[in-house]
Amino acid sequence: MCVFCLQTCVKAAHALPQTVKIVEVGPRDGLQNEKTVVPTEAKINLINMLSESGLPVIEATSFVSPKWVPQMADQVEVMQGISKKPGVSYPVLTPNLKGFQAAVSAGASEVAIFGAASELFSKKNINCSVEESLQRFEEVMKAAKEAAVPVRGYVSCVVGCPYEDRLYSMGCYEISLGDTIGVGTPGSMTKMLEAVTKEVPVSALAVHCHDTYGQALANILIALQVSVVDSSVAGLGGCPYAQGASGNVATEDVVYMLHGLGIKTGVDLSKLMDAGAFICRTINRKTSSKVAQATCKL
Amino acid sequence: QYKYRKIPLCYMEIVPTRVKIQLIDMLSATGLCVIEATSFVSSKWVPQMADHTDVVKGIQRVPHVQYPVLTPNIQGFQDAVAAGATEVAVFGSASETFSRRNINCSISESILRFEEVISAAKDRQIPVRGYVSCALGCPHEGHIEPSQVAEVAKKLYEMGCYEISLGDTIGVGTPGSMFKMLQTVMNDVPISALAVHCHDTYGQALPNILTALQMGVSVVDSAVAGLGGCPYAQGSSGNVSTEDVLYMLHGMGIETGVNLDKVIETGDFICNALGRRTNSKVAQARSRTL
Repeated sequence: MCVFCLQTCVKAAHALPQTVKIVEVGPRDGLQNEKTVVPTEAKINLINMLSESGLPVIEATSFVSPKWVPQMADQVEVMQGISKKPGVSYPVLTPNLKGFQAAVSAGASEVAIFGAASELFSKKNINCSVEESLQRFEEVMKAAKEAAVPVRGYVSCVVGCPYEDRLYSMGCYEISLGDTIGVGTPGSMTKMLEAVTKEVPVSALAVHCHDTYGQALANILIALQVSVVDSSVAGLGGCPYAQGASGNVATEDVVYMLHGLGIKTGVDLSKLMDAGAFICRTINRKTSSKVAQATCKL
Repeated sequence: QYKYRKIPLCYMEIVPTRVKIQLIDMLSATGLCVIEATSFVSSKWVPQMADHTDVVKGIQRVPHVQYPVLTPNIQGFQDAVAAGATEVAVFGSASETFSRRNINCSISESILRFEEVISAAKDRQIPVRGYVSCALGCPHEGHIEPSQVAEVAKKLYEMGCYEISLGDTIGVGTPGSMFKMLQTVMNDVPISALAVHCHDTYGQALPNILTALQMGVSVVDSAVAGLGGCPYAQGSSGNVSTEDVLYMLHGMGIETGVNLDKVIETGDFICNALGRRTNSKVAQARSRTL
């Protein structure tokens, strides 16, 4: 295992992408898990600041029921309030057809669907079985195809990836593979990608690593045949339904690493840090980004 | 097989001697094979290490575990040997300015001092480890050329240091700069004699260690609970946590001989004793899921 992993690592080290697309999930995945309900105006300001930093994709909000995720109750106002920058995508989460329709009415031009890791996780997180969730997604996919709206799929891959191939064959243009509770290491990441790339081309994959065990950057590094990385400004948020799961990887720390590797992201780190500082002040919490912390100290 | 080293405490409040001794004894029971115990520097410069003799005499030495101590000059070396030390370390820098501010002399002056130490150590068959700080950047000079690192590393190795630990003292390195630096140093020092000492100030320590492993490095320095930093590099904090390093290595199927649970326990002990939170994400995650 050790020798295999390191050999794969060495191979990977020579095949780094020239550009990595960062998918900023702070405004949705991040804020969704913050206890303080963030005022709509602050969310809009955050998204606008992130747009100015050069991020190409910013997940703006979630069209789930406010009963489940009160933080996202202002989904329509947010969608309609942000200044959409040309060339930047603002996908929104849509768990079902109703959410999709509401999203499109509010002006969304890209959506995302979120598959669960296991039956238990599915029940707790989206209140239905895995098969039921896939049927809902089929409905969303059909409607999205008709409206020419691209769909991104999220899969939680803690114990292997259950159905990333189904989401891809349904029509998701990209599948984000999530280490939802952050337990992965470069060892498990390598194995997981080996298995997934047999079913889905690497160009259609993204990684969504949590930093709960401090492994996120190492996992992202090892995954870098994949050229799309999800992260959250200031390391905001986690998953409210996976006990103990917290700590999205901080976008600032990811960008610092990628730029140090000579990989282009299009992101201005300094403007990104401004956005992080803003949201942390607003919700009165310390940033989880080490780069931001270090920069403040110097 | 990978070796782990606990590095000395650099902490504001003076830690009682008995706490340091207990910490080292607990670390000895985890499977770590090298534990850097203390530093025979002048207590004027590093008051935290004033009790160096008491610490070396007080710890319970476990067979097959090494307890090196820092010795910046011949005086320190002699005191260390008198106290019972059986391995020492010398601490050089790739940055001229950092050398002057950290150990109050130029790089070439420091090399002369180390030569004395290494010569005396050879006479007594005491192994010497060399550190090169600012390997990936300097708080005063900024960018450091890999060739500067290689020059100092080569000198220390040729003088007789059995191992050279390359330190990212202010944690600014990334896998990119780690790769370039190691590529250059490897021309002058065999990879088997190299170690990495990464700081996590910018969150880059684990990917940097991973890069070093990919290049063949098999010795990693880390600190339980991510304690410490450097009192001489403004803003520098955050040694990488031993717990987080172990988690990564074990997840990759790499053997270390170290029991992660015992290290976490030791981290809990020292953090309670110091009244501070652990910097280890693994330790934090484990305490949340209990």
